[in-house]
Amino acid sequence: MSFFIDGNTGKWEVVLGLEVHAQIKSNSKLFSTASTEWGGDPNTQVELVDCGMPGALPVINEFCVNQAILTGLSINAQINEKSIFDRKNYFYPDLPQGYQISQFEYPIVGNGFLMIETEDGEKRIGITRLHLEQDAGKSIHDQDIKNTLIDLNRSGCALMEIVSEPDLRSPEEAALYVKKLRSILRCIGSCDGNMEKGNLRADVNVSVRKPDSEMGTRCEIKNVNSIKFIQQAIEYEARRQVELIENGKEIIQETRLFDPNKGETRSMRGKEESHDYRYFPDPDLPPLIISKEKIEELRKSLPELPDEKKSRFISEYNLTNYDAQVLTDDQYVSDFFEEVVKNRDPKLVVSWISVELFSFLKKNDIELSESKISPKKIANLLDFIISGKISNRQAKELFEPYLKSNLEAKDFIEKMGVEQVSDEGEIEGLINRVLQQNPKMVEDYKNGKDKLFGFFVGQVMKESKGKANPQIVNKILQDKLA
Amino acid sequence: MSIDNSIVRKVGKLAKIKIKESEEKKLIDELNNILGWVDELKKVDTEGVEPMLSVFNESMNMREDKSDSKFSNDLITKNSPEKKAGFFVVPKVVE
Amino acid sequence: MTDFSTIDITEAKKLLSQKKITATELTEFFIKQIEEKQDLNCFITKTFDTALKMAKRSDEKIQNGSDIGLLEGIPIGMKDLFCTDGVKTTAGSKILENFVPFYESTVSQNLWRNGAIMLGKTNMDEFAMGSANTTSFFGNVLNPIRSDDQKDLVPGGSSGGSASAVASGQCFAATGSDTGGSIRQPASFCGLVGLKPTYGRCSRFGMVAFASSLDQAGPITKTVSDAALMLQSMCSYDEKDSTSSKKLIPNFSDYKKFDLKGKKIGLPKEYIIDGLNEEIKKKFDHCVNVFRDCGAELIDISLPHTNYALPTYYIIAPAEASANLARYDGVRYGLRENSENLDDLYQITRASGFGDEVKRRLIIGTYVLSAGYYDAYYLKALKVRQLISNDFKYAFEKCDLILTPTTPNVAFPIGEKQSDPLEMYLNDVLTVPASLAGLPAISVSAGNNNKNLPIGMQIIGKPFEEISVLAAGSAIESSKEEK
Repeated sequence: MSFFIDGNTGKWEVVLGLEVHAQIKSNSKLFSTASTEWGGDPNTQVELVDCGMPGALPVINEFCVNQAILTGLSINAQINEKSIFDRKNYFYPDLPQGYQISQFEYPIVGNGFLMIETEDGEKRIGITRLHLEQDAGKSIHDQDIKNTLIDLNRSGCALMEIVSEPDLRSPEEAALYVKKLRSILRCIGSCDGNMEKGNLRADVNVSVRKPDSEMGTRCEIKNVNSIKFIQQAIEYEARRQVELIENGKEIIQETRLFDPNKGETRSMRGKEESHDYRYFPDPDLPPLIISKEKIEELRKSLPELPDEKKSRFISEYNLTNYDAQVLTDDQYVSDFFEEVVKNRDPKLVVSWISVELFSFLKKNDIELSESKISPKKIANLLDFIISGKISNRQAKELFEPYLKSNLEAKDFIEKMGVEQVSDEGEIEGLINRVLQQNPKMVEDYKNGKDKLFGFFVGQVMKESKGKANPQIVNKILQDKLA
Repeated sequence: MSIDNSIVRKVGKLAKIKIKESEEKKLIDELNNILGWVDELKKVDTEGVEPMLSVFNESMNMREDKSDSKFSNDLITKNSPEKKAGFFVVPKVVE
Repeated sequence: MTDFSTIDITEAKKLLSQKKITATELTEFFIKQIEEKQDLNCFITKTFDTALKMAKRSDEKIQNGSDIGLLEGIPIGMKDLFCTDGVKTTAGSKILENFVPFYESTVSQNLWRNGAIMLGKTNMDEFAMGSANTTSFFGNVLNPIRSDDQKDLVPGGSSGGSASAVASGQCFAATGSDTGGSIRQPASFCGLVGLKPTYGRCSRFGMVAFASSLDQAGPITKTVSDAALMLQSMCSYDEKDSTSSKKLIPNFSDYKKFDLKGKKIGLPKEYIIDGLNEEIKKKFDHCVNVFRDCGAELIDISLPHTNYALPTYYIIAPAEASANLARYDGVRYGLRENSENLDDLYQITRASGFGDEVKRRLIIGTYVLSAGYYDAYYLKALKVRQLISNDFKYAFEKCDLILTPTTPNVAFPIGEKQSDPLEMYLNDVLTVPASLAGLPAISVSAGNNNKNLPIGMQIIGKPFEEISVLAAGSAIESSKEEK
C-alpha cells in the first residue's frame, strides 16, 4: 500500500532520505581521551581537542574505528581500505575548533543496504555511506535571557553518520528503517540507540513529486530525536511542500527544524547563508588504512544479526514470520525469549511473551530491559501451566499481580490458593456431586441436549472454585455421560 | 581569477573577520598581487599527479578506548573571557 | 661576573660537570644580559623566578651526580609558540595576549626534563607568519648586529626573538619553529646555526599551529655541536601527535664521526640564480671548496619545480592556517570584543585581535579553499607539492646532501620590504622547498659580507638523516673558524 499526499491537483509521492547520526558507545571520544558519559556537570569531560585549545592534536580511538567497520559489515556495506579525515569548516559556538573533523570524499564505509519489513513485504533500502565524525557540543538557549550557554562535554564524541539512499516513500517506511537500523546497532553494541538521550538522531530529507516525475527540491529537517517525531515531521513537511507547489510557489532548499509542540517544521534562522564548508584533508591525521585481515577478523566477531536471528527463529522454533519479527526486533527481547524457550513449547512461550508480557509492558509504559522481570520469572509460571497445576486462564488473570510481586511462582500460586486441582479422584468426586445434584439435566443431556455439557463443566468449575483442571474435567465427564 | 569588493566581503564573512570599507581597497590590491603570483602554478603540468596530502608516510597511531578527563571545569574555563555556572557564554543564538 | 656569552652549550656542560661553574651563576648572568638588552625586544615574557628555581634544582642534581639531563643547568629561550604550563603563551598575537595554558608542549617538556632552564618566552612574528619579526603585536625585534650606517636591522623571522637572543648572548640557545624557513632564515641573518629536522621528528603537541603539514620545532644555537644536543633533547616519539614519527632517534652528536669523504653533494642549478648577490655566491663557492677538501664529490643537480615552491607554499600554508586559526573566536579564551550578537563577536574580535599579515593570509587561505576555487588553487598546489617532493627524491638518488644559500639576501633594515607583502615572501624562496618536502635542513653561518652582515648556507638532507646534515654543517662551521 503506497503512501500519497492528496493534493488539489492529484496524488503526490513523498521521497525521503535519512541521515542518521549514531553516537558510538565508547568510553572515550573519537579523537580525545575525555569521557563520553552522559549527564556530567558542564565542561567537565573536555580535553584540549574538545575545546579547541592552541596546540591541541587529535589521536584516533581504535574502538570507534572498529565499531564503524562492524556497523558497515552489518549493513552489507563495502569497507574502504583507505579513508581520509577532512575538516568541515564553519563557525558556531558549540564547534570549538571552528571546524569539525569528518570524512568527505573518502569515507570509511561505502555502499550498503538493509531490509525493512513493510505491510507489502520486504523492501530493500540502500545506504550510500557511513562515515566517522566528531559531535558538536551543546548550546543551551533557554537558561539565560540575553545569552546562550555552551557545554562542550559532547564535543568530540564519536558519531557514525549513516546516509540512506532516497529509497523511502512514507513516514511508516522511515520509522521502520530507523527501527531496523537501531536494532542492528544495539545488536552489535556500537550504539545504544537511545533517542531521548540523543545518541541516535536523524536528519530527514523530504521532497515531493507527482508519481513518475523528476525528484523535487528537498528540505532537510535537522536533529529529529524520536521515531514518532520523524513520522510527524515528514507528514507535516510533505503537506507543506505540496501546498506551496500547488499555490504556484517554489520550494526553497533549506534546513528546517521540527517543533514537536506545534507539530510543524520551521526554517532555521541564522544558518541561511549557503554553507561553503571548504572541506580539505585534515593535515593532523594521516590516511586511515584498514587491512583485509582486520576486516575479516572483525567480520568473524560479529554477533548474530537481527535478520539472521529472525530466520533462525522461524526455522528453529517454527514461528510465523510475524512472531519472529516481533521477537527479534530487540536484542534484549530475543535473548529473553531464548532463555525462556529452552526446553519449553515455543508456541506457548511466544504467546506469553509477545502477547501477555508485551501488553503488560505497554500498559505500564516500560521497556522489557528496564523492567526487573527475569526470564526465570516467566519460565517458572509457564512451568506451572505446562504441568497442569494451573490453567492458562488462571495464569492470565494472575499475571499482572504476579509480575508485580516479589514472590516466586510456587509461593505466589500457593498464596493465591489457585493451584489447579488435577487429581482425577478429586475431580471425579466433584463431578459425581454435580451429576447427583442435577438428575433432570443428566436425563435431558442423555436425551440429546448436548449443550448441557457446558453447564455441567461450569458447575464443576464453580464447585471447585475455578481450580479444577478443565482438560481432566472434560475427560472424566465425557466418560461418565457416555 | 581576481578578487573584487564583493569577493573580499564574502570571504571576510566566511573567515569571520570584519573588514572595514576603508581597508577593502588595500586588501584587494595586496591579495590580487599574491594571487597573480600564485596563478603561476597554472603553468605546471600536473596531469596524472596525485595530490600530496602530507609528507608524513607512517601509519595512523590508534589509541586504546580508555577515558581520562584530566582537566577540571576550572582549568577548562580558566582563560574564558565570560563564563556562567561552568558554561561558556555567547550572545543569544537564535536557531 | 664571567662573560658566558662567548662559550657554547658544549663548553658550558664541561664546566658544569667539572663544577667550575654553577647553573645558578649561568642563569644570573643571562638574566642580567636580558635586562641590559631589552631594546632588542627579544622576550615577550621573562620567567626569572622560575629560571632561578630550575637552576637551583639543576645544581642539586649536579652536586649529587644523579639524574643529570643532557642539558642540565643550561639556560635557554623558548619561542612563544610553545605552550608552557602556567606561563603566558601569546604566539606574538594580541588575540592571545593574556592566554595562560594549563598544559605543556611536548617539546618544552622534553627540554625541561633534560634539565634546561627557561629564561623566558621569546618574541616572534604573529602566529609564525613573517620573515622579519615585524608582525609581532609585541613590537619588532632587532638584530643585535647593526648595519654600517647604524640602521636597525631585522633579525629574520618568524623566530626572530630566539635568533636575536642567542646572537646577543641573552641565552645559550633557543627553540624556534620552521614552517617555510622560520628557523633557518633568522639563523642566517644573525650568524647562527638553525636546524629544521625532518617533519615528524619533533612533536607538535602544544605547539600553536600555523600550517600543520609544514610546522616543525627546531633549535637555534651558536654551534652545530649545540644544535645536536638541543635536537636530541627536543625530539621524541609522541603518541599525542598523530604525525609524530616512530623512526628510531639516533645520537645526533654522532655527526662528529660522520665521514663526508666519498659523499655526493648536489648543487641545484635553480638555486644559483642569475642575479644572486655576489657575496653570497662567493660564500657558496667557498663552501663548495670546503666539501671538496673533505673528499666529497660535487655534482650538478636539478630541482626543476623550485620556482613553483613559493606560490605552492603561499596556497597551502594560508589554507591550513585559515582552519587552524578559526578557533580564535573570543569564546573560550583569548581576546573578546564584546558585542550584542554572535556574528559581531566573532568578526570584531578577530579583526581586532589579528594583525594585518595574519588577516591577509587568513583571507587568502579561506579564498583558495572556497567553492569554485578549491581545484584551481588548493588541489593544484597539493599536486605541485608532490612534484617538488619528487624532485628531491630523484635528486637524492644521485646525491646524499644538497648545498644552497639559505637566503637570497642578508639582514635588511627594519621598514624595508614593507610596502609589498610579496617582497617579504621572497625571503623564503630558498628555504620553502625543503619545508614542502619535509626534509631536514640546516643553516650555518659561512662568514660575513663586506658590511659585516652574516651570510648563511643551507644543507638539505634525506629524510631522517639529520646526522649527515649536521656533519656537513660542521664542515662549513670549521672552515669559517679557519678563515
